Amino acid sequence: MGEPATKEVLNLDDLQASSGFRTGRRHILSLLVENKPGVLARISGLFARRGFNIDSLAVGPTDDDQISRITLTVDGASHPIDQVTKQLHKLINVIKIRDLEPNEAVARELALFKVSADGDSRGQIMEYAEIFRGRIVDVSKRSVTVEVTGPDDKIEAFEQMIRPFGLIEMVRTGEIAVSRGRSAT
Amino acid sequence: MRAVDAVMECLKAEGVKHVFGIPGGANLPTYDALYDAGLRHVQCRHEQGAGHAAEGYAKASGQVGVALATSGPGATNLVTAIADAMMDSVPTVFITGQVRTDLLGTDGFQEADVTGITMPIVKHSIMIQDPLEIPGAIHEAFHIARTGRPGPVLVDIPQDLSRADIPYEPVDSVRLPGYQPTKEGNTKQIRLAAKALANARRPVIYAGGGVVNADASPELVALAVSDRFPVTCTLMGLGCFPAPHDQWLGMLGMHGTRCANYAMDEADLICCVGARFDDRITGKLSEFAPRAKFIHIDVDPAEISKNVPAHIPIVGDAKQILPKLTAEYRALETDSARLDGWWERIRGWQEKHPLGYEDSEGSEIKPQYMIEALYEATGGDAIVTSDVGQHQMWTAQYFHFDAPRKWINSGGLGTMGFGLPSAMGAKVAMPDEQVVCVAGDGSIIMNVQELATCVTENIAVKVFIMNNGYLGMVRQWQELFWDGRYSAVDMGSSPDWVKLAEAFGATGLRVDDKAQLPGVMKQVLEAEGPVVCDVRVTPEENCYPMIPAGQAARDMVG
Repeated sequence: MGEPATKEVLNLDDLQASSGFRTGRRHILSLLVENKPGVLARISGLFARRGFNIDSLAVGPTDDDQISRITLTVDGASHPIDQVTKQLHKLINVIKIRDLEPNEAVARELALFKVSADGDSRGQIMEYAEIFRGRIVDVSKRSVTVEVTGPDDKIEAFEQMIRPFGLIEMVRTGEIAVSRGRSAT
Repeated sequence: MRAVDAVMECLKAEGVKHVFGIPGGANLPTYDALYDAGLRHVQCRHEQGAGHAAEGYAKASGQVGVALATSGPGATNLVTAIADAMMDSVPTVFITGQVRTDLLGTDGFQEADVTGITMPIVKHSIMIQDPLEIPGAIHEAFHIARTGRPGPVLVDIPQDLSRADIPYEPVDSVRLPGYQPTKEGNTKQIRLAAKALANARRPVIYAGGGVVNADASPELVALAVSDRFPVTCTLMGLGCFPAPHDQWLGMLGMHGTRCANYAMDEADLICCVGARFDDRITGKLSEFAPRAKFIHIDVDPAEISKNVPAHIPIVGDAKQILPKLTAEYRALETDSARLDGWWERIRGWQEKHPLGYEDSEGSEIKPQYMIEALYEATGGDAIVTSDVGQHQMWTAQYFHFDAPRKWINSGGLGTMGFGLPSAMGAKVAMPDEQVVCVAGDGSIIMNVQELATCVTENIAVKVFIMNNGYLGMVRQWQELFWDGRYSAVDMGSSPDWVKLAEAFGATGLRVDDKAQLPGVMKQVLEAEGPVVCDVRVTPEENCYPMIPAGQAARDMVG
């Protein structure tokens, strides 16, 4: 808007609302938090009381033992993401929040699938596991357990493939992510 | 030294002179340290009273209010006050005792997980796990409570840790990597806001409690008079712009003036300073100020675009931002004549819809008249607290606050029983000021025990009970929206307020004759010590004007 006291006309109709919009896509929020008791409770409590849904949540240590990393995935279609991040920022123990753009980040999730496998189906399941670069981590007479790693759509695709064989259970870690390139997330 | 003695040193280093509270098992060490710490402790009769007193203290003085409580029920009794302080952004520190660490998690006697219970209603809380953390935690608590958007901070100290021997060295800075409130405001945005104001033909300044918290009242007035900007305030902001001013539209919102609400409805630019578009302000959100663009100045970025999307958001401290905005605006040398039409429209509303009521012919005291009489009797020169309900709204409407920190009430949480203890806290903070509590007969009894505190500690608050024998606001809603089915709103005729006051050792007076009211009020205000005055008013008077809940400004009734 130029220098002070310049008199160009500003048409109020041209002003756009600056935030509060729903983006419509899934967001991966990468948080650095102080490693203190109750931090996770504060974050989950905040989501619960503000009515924000968490699609997945993963917590782990970082290279600094004072600091933990929390990776959250949130649906930007049902909430204004800026409101979610701003509310998170109000928590004193939250040090940094990064809303990772999908094409600027590498995201991975690990999932374990326990599938019914008797006779014929075992070979087919193992074939699918190979296609998805999964690993067989446990075998019994009537089941196999497959470990698959990847972005969440790959996990979901694998689930689609093996479900017809009889999915006994599935355990997922929730996505973790890191930004691409040299700079820290 | 003992950790609790270090706590006292920290309190003194933070400038604390008064604390409110009640001792108990788990905070016995704290009270032992308090015994000769040189702080004035006001021994309250209920922890809720102590909490609201700390709030009243903070609101009247701008200093951090402090309340102490023991574990379990002591701590849970603080919960309403903590929630209240959160909703109204009151800088407060609550220090609770906790059971010994070896009992934690065992459902020990008087154990309650107060950090867990209060997590959604604190700005921050700290559960002490190592006695060495205690001094740092106390300083952090004060820093967080008073900076940025102020709020309540809880420090929970297990009894054994509070007795531990620790080396104490004064702490002069706190390190909080996740907490750096923005103060200054983005220069480009401020410039854009100035230009928007210069191009607005129907602007309104909408100011809230944030202006009071920022001590930015003079800066707000300076912006308003840099042109002829009309100003309205929220319930929490009353006083930050002087009510007698020519540019004053009155309060806005559910029981605001028609003029203020209509001006918001027709505005093309609304400059919001330190307010948060609460539902009591906006009414039906989709029909709120439909023609307006919004400048939103707030120290809390999460408030911006929370309810109403802002077009020009400015995050920072109003005291720093407003002078810059005023300077930028003045530099534009805009022709004030563009606002002539707008003022004509506003004057029209003011003439057509002034605040008013039908006064009684005889001796009956109308509640609105009671507030007008109080305004007369005090000359407007008093700190006024209130409970929550009709009396609160009438006080907001008819006591024309001309300075900030004169009006202390519970806006966000709407806590009945807030008035007496907050008046007590305000009087402790400002002993030379006249402190008046306008109470409802339904509300006062919720914390009436603090009369004992006032008498024992000689805290000379003057309580005027607007006695209509009802939970008046609920009755009004039942009359208007629930077919007049008065369910559980009749308060009967108990207690006898005069005798009750006397039983506590305070002075009690009663008045039911309009002609005598001014004289009795004068008598109350001039009396020594705490006084309770039972003012019998019209039982079924409604508070108008009113935007029914969930409706728009244009739907105002009454």
